[in-house]
Amino acid sequence: MRTWDWSYTGHVMPDLLRGLLVTVEATALGSLLAFALGLVWALAFRAPTRWVRWPVRAVVEFVRNTPLLVQLFFLFYVLPSAGLTFSPLATGVFGLGLHYSTYTAEVYRAGIDGVPPGQWEAATALSLPRRRVWIAVILPQAIRRVVPALGNYVIAMFKDTPMLAAITVLDMLKQAEEAGAESFRYTEPITVVGLLFVLIAYPTSLLMRALERRLGT
Amino acid sequence: MVPETPDPAAERPDDASPKADPAPERPDSPEPSGDSVGTPLVRFEKVCKRFGDTVVLDRLDLDVEAGRHVTLIGPSGSGKTTILRLLMTLTQPDEGRILIDGAPLDARARKTIGMVFQQFNLFPHMRVLRNVTEAPVHVLGMDKDEAAERAKGLLEMVGLGDKLDARPSQLSGGQQQRVAIARALAMRPRVLLLDEVTSALDPELVAGVLDVLRDIARGTDITMVCVTHEMNFARDISDLVVMFDGGRVVESGPPEALFHSPRHERTREFLSAVR
Repeated sequence: MRTWDWSYTGHVMPDLLRGLLVTVEATALGSLLAFALGLVWALAFRAPTRWVRWPVRAVVEFVRNTPLLVQLFFLFYVLPSAGLTFSPLATGVFGLGLHYSTYTAEVYRAGIDGVPPGQWEAATALSLPRRRVWIAVILPQAIRRVVPALGNYVIAMFKDTPMLAAITVLDMLKQAEEAGAESFRYTEPITVVGLLFVLIAYPTSLLMRALERRLGT
Repeated sequence: MVPETPDPAAERPDDASPKADPAPERPDSPEPSGDSVGTPLVRFEKVCKRFGDTVVLDRLDLDVEAGRHVTLIGPSGSGKTTILRLLMTLTQPDEGRILIDGAPLDARARKTIGMVFQQFNLFPHMRVLRNVTEAPVHVLGMDKDEAAERAKGLLEMVGLGDKLDARPSQLSGGQQQRVAIARALAMRPRVLLLDEVTSALDPELVAGVLDVLRDIARGTDITMVCVTHEMNFARDISDLVVMFDGGRVVESGPPEALFHSPRHERTREFLSAVR
């Protein structure tokens, strides 16, 4: 077994850090999309007409119950044949955001259900318009209590970004793989990728736990 | 208030009949009450309400004249709170109609009704002032500064002029309930519904809330409909007490008369049980 080569590690670091940047970018944009789309789904679940509720429910269940990797391949290889072509990163962000929106939708739903009925009643007693009830009364309380849960999905998404390598996004894993393919040394780049994931994901999850404690009490 | 029910047990003695009473004159009130003679401000017409197999209200007829302070009493499950919730459109009647000033209770009529809840139901993420200004700004379209000025006045009236920037969670139950009263009054309601407003409070906090309600009862022309288990509250604030049981009116009358010489056995039993 060969020993760890520090100079080779230093040599591949810039590429890996460039990959890290892409990974973080994909996570950040994917999260924003997941937060926004998830809220749309959660509100649509409560639409007054089943002609909205049922189709949305069907789409959400479909997306949630198919693998992310399959969805990424579909978006990347099938959509262009229908004339829709996006950059690999944009496709990846959309895939991540769409997939995770089906989880955040459930998180929002639970948060909305958790707002005490008395809040709805007080809003009704004041004749607040429906829009205002959502924006000013229900959502601020619902979202506040689900911030930690949303944060945990961000971490999960972060750890799913290596799947974007499969659709040629130059994320951390793809950079490591290419470095390895060039020099036939995979130990250093792959190990460093793992460490970088831990270095970011673990403190973030500690932060979420702290946030949970603070918001929970 | 004219409770009428087909139940023979609910026949009222004439001396307790509020039908003959005109709405109390309140020359000090700046706003005209707007009700034409003979039209009660609130009218229930043969209202039925069931929850599953349980009949909560059974063809209830009930009138409340403008300016009245009415207290509904009766054992739990007698439908008192349901009456308030129906008026606030928090639940819908299965049969019958509810009229406000002779017109069906709709979204527009609802704006003239305010409610204070047992559990306060303040908006916990808003500061005290914003709790009170939210509806005037977004429902009445009031200018923000004007709403804030009025809210400050109301909060001062309920003794919380120094708590404008507090969060509800930083207040005692009694203080929260007084904010809730200010919040309801900020909408300039013609009818104020009070649902067990002191029941969730520690005993030493009840007096402060009652003081505020007494001031409102004496100093404004707001019609009040209260549900309470506290007979002192009923005696103190109301000019008419209505005894309910089984979704129907048993009897009604001025508090002194009803408490001292109840006509019906059910009322006697109930009063001796709660005292």
